[in-house]
Amino acid sequence: MRETLSLTVNGDLIETSAPTHYTLLETLRYILGLTGSKQGCDKGDCGACTVLLDGEAILSCILPVQEAAGRSVVTVEGLAGGPRPSPLQDALDLTGGAQCGFCTPGILCSATQLLAGNGSPTRDEIEHALSGNLCRCTGYTKIFEAVELAAAACRSGRTAGEVLAARAEGG
Amino acid sequence: MHPDELNALQRAAADDPGIAGFPGPDGLRVLGRRNRKPEGLRKNTGAEAYTDDLALPGMLHAKLLRSPHPHAQIVSIDTQHATRIVGVHAVITGEDLPTKYGIIPWTRDEQALAVDKVRYVGDAVACVAAVDEDTANAALEAIEVEYEVLPFYLEPEQALTAEAAAVPIHGPKREGRNGNVTKHVELEFGPVDDLMAAADVVVEGDYYFHGTTHAPIEPHCAIGHVDADGLLTVWSSTQVPHYLQRELARVLGLDVARVRVVQPAVGGAFGGKSEPFDLEFCVALLALRTGRPVKLLYTREELFYSHRGRHPMRMWYRVGASRDGKLKAVDARSLLDGGAYASFGLVTTYYSGQLLTAPYELESYRFDSTRVYTNKPPCGPKRGHGSVQPRFAFEISLDKLAAELGLDPIELRRRNFMGTGRTVNEFRVQSNGFLECLEAVERASGWKEKHRKLPYGRGVGVAGSCYISGTNYPIYPNDMPQAAVQVQVERSGRVSVLHGASEIGQGSDATMAAIAAEELGVPLGYVRVLSADTDIVPVDLGAYSSRETLMVGNACVSACRQVAERVRGSVGSALGIPPERVRLAGGWAFDAEEPTRDDRRLPIAAAFQIAEAEHGTLGAIGHYNTPKEGVHGEYRGGTIGASPAYSFTAHVAEVEVDPETGFVDVKTIWVAHDCGKALNPMLVEAQMEGSAYMGFAEAIFEHQVMKRGNPEGGLHDAPSLLDYRIPTSRDCPEFVSLIVESADPEGPYGAKEAGEGPLHPSLPAIANAIWDAVGVRMDALPFTPDRVWRALRDHSARSA
Ligand code: FES
Ligand code: FES
Repeated sequence: MRETLSLTVNGDLIETSAPTHYTLLETLRYILGLTGSKQGCDKGDCGACTVLLDGEAILSCILPVQEAAGRSVVTVEGLAGGPRPSPLQDALDLTGGAQCGFCTPGILCSATQLLAGNGSPTRDEIEHALSGNLCRCTGYTKIFEAVELAAAACRSGRTAGEVLAARAEGG
Repeated sequence: MHPDELNALQRAAADDPGIAGFPGPDGLRVLGRRNRKPEGLRKNTGAEAYTDDLALPGMLHAKLLRSPHPHAQIVSIDTQHATRIVGVHAVITGEDLPTKYGIIPWTRDEQALAVDKVRYVGDAVACVAAVDEDTANAALEAIEVEYEVLPFYLEPEQALTAEAAAVPIHGPKREGRNGNVTKHVELEFGPVDDLMAAADVVVEGDYYFHGTTHAPIEPHCAIGHVDADGLLTVWSSTQVPHYLQRELARVLGLDVARVRVVQPAVGGAFGGKSEPFDLEFCVALLALRTGRPVKLLYTREELFYSHRGRHPMRMWYRVGASRDGKLKAVDARSLLDGGAYASFGLVTTYYSGQLLTAPYELESYRFDSTRVYTNKPPCGPKRGHGSVQPRFAFEISLDKLAAELGLDPIELRRRNFMGTGRTVNEFRVQSNGFLECLEAVERASGWKEKHRKLPYGRGVGVAGSCYISGTNYPIYPNDMPQAAVQVQVERSGRVSVLHGASEIGQGSDATMAAIAAEELGVPLGYVRVLSADTDIVPVDLGAYSSRETLMVGNACVSACRQVAERVRGSVGSALGIPPERVRLAGGWAFDAEEPTRDDRRLPIAAAFQIAEAEHGTLGAIGHYNTPKEGVHGEYRGGTIGASPAYSFTAHVAEVEVDPETGFVDVKTIWVAHDCGKALNPMLVEAQMEGSAYMGFAEAIFEHQVMKRGNPEGGLHDAPSLLDYRIPTSRDCPEFVSLIVESADPEGPYGAKEAGEGPLHPSLPAIANAIWDAVGVRMDALPFTPDRVWRALRDHSARSA
């Protein structure tokens, strides 16, 4: 049994049909071809499937797709909003916070929500915001650094790379 | 060259931080810097494709039926009903894939689908390909398997009994032996008994490592596809494409040259994807049978059963020393719980003894290790293969020794530093930065102000370790190169690096790209990397035993230098200078003696064009093989554990223990690691942090454990990422990375491994810190609150 539904994905209004038991993650990955959001456990334990639903980070693997009908979904593919990576994506790349990269899409979505509401998050706030996203590679250190770097870049209106270069020069 | 092209190249060179600047003191411009990874932005924008992100037209989905019994005879399997379900395309069972396989050629004991008997809960017995996963799952329900249950053994001690030997998990290799023993190794170096008897002080201990699994965030996935020509392609989340290709061909009865293995991006592996698995054989056969592409994605639960994680190990250690703390004799006995199949077990058994002998000078050493089959998910190699457990036992022993002798534990380690030369088991060590590692953690942690000086409940502990940078011998015996890299240099300035190393998040693609950019003088953005596709790249053995930077790196240097030599020759003739004076760097080919003279330099692309005109299309294959002469002892087993170069690590951990609850809060781990030369410090730190994290996780949180008794014996106790607790962002200590460089003559630019060594000291350093904090010795893992609390209670009962 399939059902048609419409939802906004990365800014586009999309009309699609999905089996009624599909989750948002399955719809994104297997129907819409947006494979950036990952499936690590399929039961709400790991956070790899995190996307933004009306701006809020949620686990798409346990959200029945009907519940996203009429709402706005942003996935990792939509975070940049243009040809250049977002400051957060750029910062994560510069610090090497994506090793295997499998947790990365979810981390980016959770951190994007954090930065949208808090331009100068503390370490504690970052740890808290990412506590639903398991990363098996990094020990989180370089991910924390990236979020801080992105916040600094946004505050100063510079790129993450410029912030790092300025720091290296002691500025 | 058109001026626009030229300008574009120079702009790219100027934008590239690794190129525009002056070389560092080591003369390197690209290497040694925190360069971005070539695939980094793909990973950060969701563009990177992992195996489950691939979909082929007409693709079917496969599912495995797994055994509910830990040990049982298969009486019959009836697949008729399943086959008749609409949407089911094929059902296969053990009879369809009877050939045994295994990563170690001498211990092939697995079948893709069980034939005759199942050996653990989760052993696969049948596989279905259907139009979608739901239909495949429905078909699994319709398969009828009749089992005759057998006695099962969840503990190695149990498997060693005479009753168990009568109904062994695997038939004995020789008449009269207990089939449940996989491997026994006993080696002695020097007169252990005499020196132990003469030692001034002897510490003894009974240690236990509990067993942990890899839990990469990406579940295993494979896709099989057969084209109209009958050529088989398997895409898989593997870290050993070459070995997989060989085993697929052998088991399926195909010509190796007609099998292609492609490794897409892998979402973490840690050793858990370093041998062939049931799913890869099944998708291949199902694709051959149905003529359709077939995908199989493990569920998270299946990962916990496929396992191949770190062996539970019971270890008895006696360590004897003189009054001044010099190590006289080490006597180790270990019992390894192997689970149901051999996996890498033969090597694990050797590693449990062979890898312990540096960085210290041991006057004598004996180990006796036995690996035993049990009816549990098979154990195998996890990051720090076979050596994390003995290191735990040994480094705690050293701490006890220091306490007994009234010596500072760092000082005790210093006194026993071996330097370079031969280990007691005759491995050749050519570089050793362990002393610098000790010094770095001592200073950074404020050790002198903290050890034995912090208030009750707070403490610091130290531990050291050594690891290999690849093994001198490949898994199947042959004299061919262990690694090879093909470099193509195109007239636009673009350089392609084709290599077989498996990028699993550690940065092998980034490392090869940076080496090529360094050697050929092009901006990093001009290098493309193509890796791990057996149809395209030269053979490499894969991402295991920390071999890639050293071996593939050396091969890459060799390939690049062959091309660079031709370019320098042609440019030398064009500029009228000897080729030795031509340098390739920063997007230019220039006269090293007059680098700023415009008439003595050429844009690098123009240099490539001159060379191409003279020599034909530019490219070369470089290879690397390990040294075999004089690098290990000539005794039986002396080759196992021998490596071209050894890395060294020291940790200090600081903990806070709550005596009321037994909760251990690890505050900080200082990690100093001797990686020879940090080709990219960002990647080296990333490996150090990730390793220390994983060791910390095993010490405090994780436990791969099976339920006991009937009827649920052999069932995994916690097969989910919620119940098998791995640390979240709120659980981790602060990791402080301190890079130490002691260039090794065998490594590219001196580089050694960094991906596994820095895991080892985490566990004993935390144990030693707990002792400093509250005075109890935690000789058995994990350090969960209940266990620490009980240890505290027993301790106070004893001292009362
Ligand atoms: S896949 Fe959604 S939480 Fe793991
Ligand atoms: S980078 Fe691999 S899981 Fe986070």
